[in-house]
Amino acid sequence: MTRLERNDRLIRLGLLMIAFSAVSILIVITLFIFSEGTPIMFKYGPGRFLFGLDWYPSEKAFGLLPMIVGSFFVTAGALLVGVPMGLACAIVLTQFASKRVGRILKPVIELLAGIPSVVYGFIGIVVIVPLIRENLGGPGLSVLAASLVLGVMILPTVISISIDAFQAVPPTYREGSIALGATVWQTIRMVMFPAARSGIVAAVILGMGRAIGETMAVIMIAGNAAAIPGSPLAPVRTLTSNIALEMGYASGEHREALFATGVILFVIIMALNILANWTSARRKR
Amino acid sequence: METNREPLIRVRDFSLWASSVRILNRLALDVEPNEILGIIGPSGSGKTSFLRCLNRLIDLVPGYRSEGEIVFGGRTILGPDVNVVELRRKMGMVFAIPVPLPRSIFENVVFGARLSGVRGRRTRLDLAEESLRRAGLWDEVRERLDESALNLSGGQQQRLCIARILALKPEVILLDEPTSGLDPISTHKIEESLRKLRAAYTIILVTNNVKQAARVADRTAFFLSGELVEIGPTARIFTAPEDPRTNDYISGRFG
Repeated sequence: MTRLERNDRLIRLGLLMIAFSAVSILIVITLFIFSEGTPIMFKYGPGRFLFGLDWYPSEKAFGLLPMIVGSFFVTAGALLVGVPMGLACAIVLTQFASKRVGRILKPVIELLAGIPSVVYGFIGIVVIVPLIRENLGGPGLSVLAASLVLGVMILPTVISISIDAFQAVPPTYREGSIALGATVWQTIRMVMFPAARSGIVAAVILGMGRAIGETMAVIMIAGNAAAIPGSPLAPVRTLTSNIALEMGYASGEHREALFATGVILFVIIMALNILANWTSARRKR
Repeated sequence: METNREPLIRVRDFSLWASSVRILNRLALDVEPNEILGIIGPSGSGKTSFLRCLNRLIDLVPGYRSEGEIVFGGRTILGPDVNVVELRRKMGMVFAIPVPLPRSIFENVVFGARLSGVRGRRTRLDLAEESLRRAGLWDEVRERLDESALNLSGGQQQRLCIARILALKPEVILLDEPTSGLDPISTHKIEESLRKLRAAYTIILVTNNVKQAARVADRTAFFLSGELVEIGPTARIFTAPEDPRTNDYISGRFG
């Protein structure tokens, strides 16, 4: 074996090890969360965690239902705001906009993804929360505020993936439909949407994953009360906020219960990712 | 023999530019009702662009500019005031690559008709059957109208595209190299359909296959580099062309 060949093999081995270390980090994290979080769930019974209404860790009440429901409401609200806006943007960019407008709009949208989430939270606190408090009532820190801000935060995800979905539709579909006397809007509604459906579904699911996982902005504007919100104007605490708010001082079973929160979050996000991969794999076929 | 009868389509002094490149140069030709006009010419000669001007599909690509006049049924089809949706229904277009929409066979046939307001499932079914029969596809698909159109063979898809156009009750059928991707038997079936359709429609057939024009066209036009070199009865174009370039092209001695 020459020196060059030996070098080549060494480099390949090194790169392989780096690649595998990324995978093994994922495995280590997963194992760690599960080993810290699952024992306490089984000690008190998973039912008490999943369906318990009270969260008083000092009194061994580890009910996570308010947080699960909270995450669900905030995420659903974010989708209600972000998906229509995102799809509208993707349609404009792929169907109507000239190349020049596209060249301006697309980088701007991508820039949205680069804004730190604490900045989103800050804007939420100084602009959106007072707006809600003064015009709609309630404390302002609410499901609604979190939904609005998260809705904007998921836009880059929703837009870029649904743009891909629309661009994957063969241009001949569009021409064929228009040549049959369809207007551009009829073509979008009756041809482009059905053809891009699985990609749009993937965009929504990934946006959902982004919304569920977001922590900082939500802590700042959601109010964080550990109770099921009665209205969109009520404060809410999500699974992610629950962990971030209390991890700093938690110990013992309290700390383990926060890991259990992490386990639930982890399972939800994994399920969403698998669902997204599955729908986009189905599109490729 | 001069008649005063207005042709169905009259093209005069028509030029087309894509940004600064001239694609069509001062075309002048007439299309008579119920004829099959074949358009032949090498690729890049402007045949397809001409077809796309007739149904204004050229509008989809920004940067085109035209000059001159195209009159269809006594009215101009150029300019911003034309109702392009109606125009496209009257001038059905069939593409080189069959483009069924990702829907069922039935939905494909009635797609355009549904948009133009044909209501009622019974009415649509009758329309679908009539259109598919005329396109010569009915017997092959009557049992599976609800299957996806993407499962059909290439030749069947192309006849489906013709049926889809027929369901719009057009006056003119524009075909852009409709058989370029098909085998000889499918090609034969489509040519058969075209001959039958001539009774009710006016057909403009752009083709890269010179023999196809000879087989089905009543008159043939020869395009070269965006210019109309010659137009006349197919028999004459193929036996006694006036322009030596036409002769070179149809005898395969071109270039």
